[in-house]
Amino acid sequence: MHDSSNWDWDIGKKQIADIGKWKDMFEWVEEPCASPDGEKVAAVVKTGDMEFSVCQNGAAWENTFDKVWHLRFSPDNRLAGLVSDMGEWTVAVDEQAWESRFEFVWNPQFSRDGSGITVAAQKERKYFGVINDVPWEKGFFHITNLATSLDGKQTAAAIQTVPFSEGEIFKFQEGCYSVAVNGKTWDRNFINVWDMAFSHDHEHVAAEVRTSLYDYTIAVDGVPWNETFLSVWKPRFSPEDGSVTAPVRIGGKWTLARNGKQIWNSSFAQLWHHIYSPDGKKLAAIVAPEFGKWTVAVDDIPWRHTFGDLAADPVFSPDGKRVACVGKEKEKWTVCVNGEPWNSMSDMAWKPVFSPDSKHVAAKVEKNGHYTIIMDGQALKNDFEAVWDPVFSPDGEKILIRGIEGKGDDAKYCREVLSLKK
Amino acid sequence: MAEPALKEESREIFDEGLNRGIEKLTSEKIEQVINAVLEDETGARLKVYVDTCVHCGLCSEACHFYVSFREPRFSPAGKVKQTLWEMLKKKGKVSPEFIRRASEIASTECNLCKRCSMYCPFGIDVAYLMLVVRRICHKLGVTPQYIQDTAHSHSATFNQMWVKDDEWIDTLMWQEEEAQDEIPDLRIPLDKEGADVFYSVIGPEPKFRAQLIYQAAVIMDAAGINWTMPATPGWDNSDMCMYTGDNEMMGRLKKAHFESAMRLKAKRIVMGECGHAFRSIYDMGNRWLAWQMPPIPVTHAIEFYYELFREGKLKIARKYETPVTLHDPCNIVRGRGLHEMARYVVNEVCEEFVEMHPNREHNFCCSAGGGVINCGPPFRNKRVEGNKAKADQLFDAKARGAKTLIAPCHNCHGGLEDIIHHYGLGLELKFLGDIIYECMEKGQGSEM
Ligand code: SF4
Ligand code: SF4
Ligand code: SF4
Repeated sequence: MHDSSNWDWDIGKKQIADIGKWKDMFEWVEEPCASPDGEKVAAVVKTGDMEFSVCQNGAAWENTFDKVWHLRFSPDNRLAGLVSDMGEWTVAVDEQAWESRFEFVWNPQFSRDGSGITVAAQKERKYFGVINDVPWEKGFFHITNLATSLDGKQTAAAIQTVPFSEGEIFKFQEGCYSVAVNGKTWDRNFINVWDMAFSHDHEHVAAEVRTSLYDYTIAVDGVPWNETFLSVWKPRFSPEDGSVTAPVRIGGKWTLARNGKQIWNSSFAQLWHHIYSPDGKKLAAIVAPEFGKWTVAVDDIPWRHTFGDLAADPVFSPDGKRVACVGKEKEKWTVCVNGEPWNSMSDMAWKPVFSPDSKHVAAKVEKNGHYTIIMDGQALKNDFEAVWDPVFSPDGEKILIRGIEGKGDDAKYCREVLSLKK
Repeated sequence: MAEPALKEESREIFDEGLNRGIEKLTSEKIEQVINAVLEDETGARLKVYVDTCVHCGLCSEACHFYVSFREPRFSPAGKVKQTLWEMLKKKGKVSPEFIRRASEIASTECNLCKRCSMYCPFGIDVAYLMLVVRRICHKLGVTPQYIQDTAHSHSATFNQMWVKDDEWIDTLMWQEEEAQDEIPDLRIPLDKEGADVFYSVIGPEPKFRAQLIYQAAVIMDAAGINWTMPATPGWDNSDMCMYTGDNEMMGRLKKAHFESAMRLKAKRIVMGECGHAFRSIYDMGNRWLAWQMPPIPVTHAIEFYYELFREGKLKIARKYETPVTLHDPCNIVRGRGLHEMARYVVNEVCEEFVEMHPNREHNFCCSAGGGVINCGPPFRNKRVEGNKAKADQLFDAKARGAKTLIAPCHNCHGGLEDIIHHYGLGLELKFLGDIIYECMEKGQGSEM
């Protein structure tokens, strides 16, 4: 997380932009995004025939482009978009385009503090990872599943290492894919490589791999586990000891393994999206204890409450004592904390956010076409036309709400800090 | 019964995946895999089916392959007899040549269309049994080359057609630009969070039928739908791994698909006109992952058009004048009962509708489905000649005036195109979306 202590945490509401008026200034205004500190709101705007720019707080960037897409604020409140300039693609950050140019760029990612911005890029049919304007030295036939280390200084991706033609099924089955970390390839090829994760010290990479059409396992820095499974899902490194854990399928059921060995006793109809508590001592995952019943399991024990449609977006509280997720039952969404679902049901619920002191949980929800923030089961504010995830102050005593109130011409984007002290 | 594989040798079709696939097989391996799949992966259902069949042959007339060839080996029960029954009877002790032939039967002589199970007094699901055979053959590495290549593409790119991540996004931007020549403020919103509709298509759309994406965008625009398309893998809803018996990959593909909609917080997935993809996301893939229903509701294009017309969100400027007939795709008719909605939409947009017979849930399959067309050129003739039944149906509809054939399914399109050509039917083939696009009022609904 970016350090938010120097943000404006004074209680009260600030109107930042008369966003409803923007559409009189441009041919069109695309969906807006808001900075984490709430001080800025921006959108891609069309300024002329085949001419696009970005409007931030009511003022357009001076430069225009053939196209701008995927506009997002970084955790440190910088505005980044993918832009095409005279047919060449690059990243523009706070109006400044990167120097490196490509035939296409996509899949931008930020480091945890926002200082690192990475993208996938293609030039002359070669594929690269790019870190803060610096592409890998070597390009590949194909990359997918770009992953960025927490510090934003490393990228890894699944790459094709051996060329083959369509229809060459037996060559494919010999293994034509591997992982490149900062452009450097692992020694070993696999049939497939999928999701990967960086260790917390940014030095190691673990990936889901298939070593034959039937054998799945996890490879760490190019070395597969000794054990293979019927399938696996995305691995993670323990923040505590650097070991690697992953959901694995054994005999038609799912469980959790560490360094190849089963560590949970229970097995499930499904188990995925496992997460560590910040101290690395606890593990939680989305599980289906039986077909069509979804919940969270913490250290091998599933919550009693289950959802019929789905459970997703699990998150640990900073102190590791609580877990929250979203759940859906009969098409209605809610948030569930330590197995207790909130009463309030909505048409959509976003990933819950814990306060730094672990006392509160809040989430953005949508009801009947309007948005609001619910904290600890209660609506905090009235409806918004749009709202972004809530942000707690570092001491956990305040909450920042970023939203658009009013419709059409009257729409205003505001940031408001509320006190949580009773 | 002698091993049928031997009888077939004279008419053996060469296929790299089948012929080279059996080279390394040993009888121990075959026995072990067959018994493992039968014991670990099939339950009471398979036993009941196999034990209940009384060989009455009532299912034969249901199958277009049998109706077209009139040979017992093409009857549904005949296909089971040549494959699974033999494996069960011999407790897995069958030869590599037998496996080759079993794979060919299950993958290229059955469309998994489930028509026969409607005519069986016991409801025996031959399609399911053929899927079990495909699963065994997958585990043995004996799958026809073309569809296996497609399964590889799915595994490496998460789409059917080896489309790279940047090519996908580029295609959407290109279609958006093309469409802007017609409707200047039209957008294909990429990766937009919180949209009502997440629109997904199958791999061949960006590759060969990009105009369908264009047309869908025009329809979304006119109807004022708050929609998005993903800029990440997971955009392709199709699934040949479901048909090669690679269930693990099927699950992985469906996870990527649903999770791209979940990541974008979309309220529902609307999918293009495809039958097998619907089966994969509405029935097989989601269930393999333990989701009883799709975690994000799925609406097939037919249902979506129906809704847009019912709610007055789409209006027709001028009805399509050429008389049309309609092919009911098995996966969305027998699989989901969308036939009346399809007729509602056809009547909304077309002046004159000629039914083909039989129709609705009794319709004959196109013979492309179930991955058969995806097995490629080696099996093309057998597939097309094996569907004289469809050609007869079409000749009859044509005799009663039909000039355009609507097929709201991609695979059906491929299969029917071949049938029209081979039998000289001279019908024009269209998707519902083609006709709606042609006849609708455009560009008034756009919401920014
Ligand atoms: S093609 Fe259809 S009717 Fe024929 S056996 Fe297969 S499922 Fe049955
Ligand atoms: S109709 Fe049913 S019982 Fe009769 S032969 Fe066919 S599958 Fe067997
Ligand atoms: S392609 Fe179409 S008709 Fe043919 S099996 Fe699929 S849904 Fe049925």
